[in-house]
Amino acid sequence: MSTRVFKQSGMSKKNRFLKRLKKDYPLWLFVLPGIIITFIFSYVPLYGVQIAFRNFNPKLGFFGSPWVGLEHFKRFFDSPYFFTTIKNTFVLSLYSLIAGFPIPILLALILNSFRHKKYRKVIQTVTYAPNFISTVVMCGMLLLFLSPSVGIINNVIEFFGGNNINFMAEKDYWRHIYVWSGVWQGMGWSSVIYFAALSSVSPELHEAAIVDGATKFQIVRYIDFPSIIPTATILLILSCGSILSVGFEKVFLLQNDLNLSVSQVISTYVYKVGLIDNNISYSSAIGLFNSAVNAILLIVVNRISKKLSGISLW
Amino acid sequence: MRKKRSKQDKIYDTIIFIILTIIFAVVAYPLYFIVISSISNPEAVSSGRVFLFPVGLTFDGYMEVFKNQQVVSGFLNSLFYTFCGVMLNLALTLPTAYALSRNKFGGKKIVTIFYVITMFVSGGMIPTYLVVKNLHLLDSMFALILPGALGVYNMIVARTFFKMNISEELYDAAAIDGCAEAKFFFKIALPLSKAIIAIMVLYYGVGHWNSYFSALLYMKTETKFPLQLVLRSILVQNQSHLSQTITTAAQQEALEQRRQLMELMKYSLIIVSSLPVLIMYPLVQKHFVKGVMIGSIKG
Repeated sequence: MSTRVFKQSGMSKKNRFLKRLKKDYPLWLFVLPGIIITFIFSYVPLYGVQIAFRNFNPKLGFFGSPWVGLEHFKRFFDSPYFFTTIKNTFVLSLYSLIAGFPIPILLALILNSFRHKKYRKVIQTVTYAPNFISTVVMCGMLLLFLSPSVGIINNVIEFFGGNNINFMAEKDYWRHIYVWSGVWQGMGWSSVIYFAALSSVSPELHEAAIVDGATKFQIVRYIDFPSIIPTATILLILSCGSILSVGFEKVFLLQNDLNLSVSQVISTYVYKVGLIDNNISYSSAIGLFNSAVNAILLIVVNRISKKLSGISLW
Repeated sequence: MRKKRSKQDKIYDTIIFIILTIIFAVVAYPLYFIVISSISNPEAVSSGRVFLFPVGLTFDGYMEVFKNQQVVSGFLNSLFYTFCGVMLNLALTLPTAYALSRNKFGGKKIVTIFYVITMFVSGGMIPTYLVVKNLHLLDSMFALILPGALGVYNMIVARTFFKMNISEELYDAAAIDGCAEAKFFFKIALPLSKAIIAIMVLYYGVGHWNSYFSALLYMKTETKFPLQLVLRSILVQNQSHLSQTITTAAQQEALEQRRQLMELMKYSLIIVSSLPVLIMYPLVQKHFVKGVMIGSIKG
């Protein structure tokens, strides 16, 4: 192969490119189907984002509809839903982040320092399992458990002499239900990545620390914990970048008219406006606004992190 | 000094043991409760007498699930969509990952950038919907499997695996023996990559089996609904066809029994709908974890 490259070196750049294409064409055939599909379903919608700046008219189509500039954005900023949806989205993601981010780290740390191998395995198997439950089933379980008439939680409350609570109808509980069920479902699986980081800690460090008389807690605190900080930082940056895109599916399923004032977030609002009320352009504008804020957040957080800790995505 | 250390460690171990046991109980109990409730007398479940063991063993809930036409057709639809979806996923992901893992591939960089961009920016729900609609894919299985046919994250995981396991020397050796690119991929690379194929089947398979959102957007005909959409109407929207006129006390009682049976059916339904994943899970748990680890190394 190296002799071939040598022969080519005298050719012009264009020729070399063609030669290279000819040589690589089997591999190009390998990637071509994926490129076509991704182009159609990821890049065409990206180009289609411009309907946010047009007044979508199904007759005139995607690109024939008239331009209206930023009108839809203005309409969103002026609408009474602007403040509530933004606030709900922010509160829900921040709450999820604060509750959901440290717990997998703690789980990985303590499980890693636990010496009983068999029990460790059992706990890992069990804590990973909820991750594979579908969102629909997860929400179905929540509704069953929290049901005011037959749910186990109200049965327990009544057993201790308390009063029946209709959890899904009271908006004060909604955020806690959403966030903590998410923690329940995700903590085991999210801890896997920290396990990977912990497994790269050299055992010699541990042995040396034991010889020096360190306690188990000190080993976790001064050896294990620092070793996962880079991983944790990267994950934190990534989750800050998506702070405005709280998951659609679970919010949507747990939503009802009684909790709408805390559960209407940007993505569910986009769905409602766009596909239920058929305001295609307006809803695309809201979606685009959402992505833009996410991108800005990601860039800002990444820059801050680079300054403070030297760890960054790019 | 030495004595003090072991004492502190003992305290540490005890505390950790207690915390882990609490975590274990908190995660496992809801799952266990679903199982025992699904085989208990519905009246015992709703009055809170089921706690540690099933009460009044019955399989009526399961009978009800299998009698439900929507559930059965949803289950079969989901199996079909999942199977087709995974096949398409593999057919696109593995060749792409393989080509990008080859150092000599000239288009490596530009193709990688092409894919990574889609991880950070997307057109969003509405423009994607319009593309699917304009391609006349609404209400067709292709709307469920084509848009996500190549998961970029999974592709990167597979690429990393190929890079680590299929060496360039191996290819050179095969090339000297006159082995072409495609033949090498099918005859040598794939057979050596059973682990990553298992991981891909699982990642994609669970994704297809559990997804309901694209079906909610794109599917209109009820007989084509995947299971998750049927589950949504029963578990979340509580649609259980209970429209009877109540006149006598006996009818009232019959209705109450029927209502309880519907509640019981929900527990059984949760188990039945999770069955495929539950069966796969213990078989492949180690692969799952390996997949995450390869993903976290990234290249």
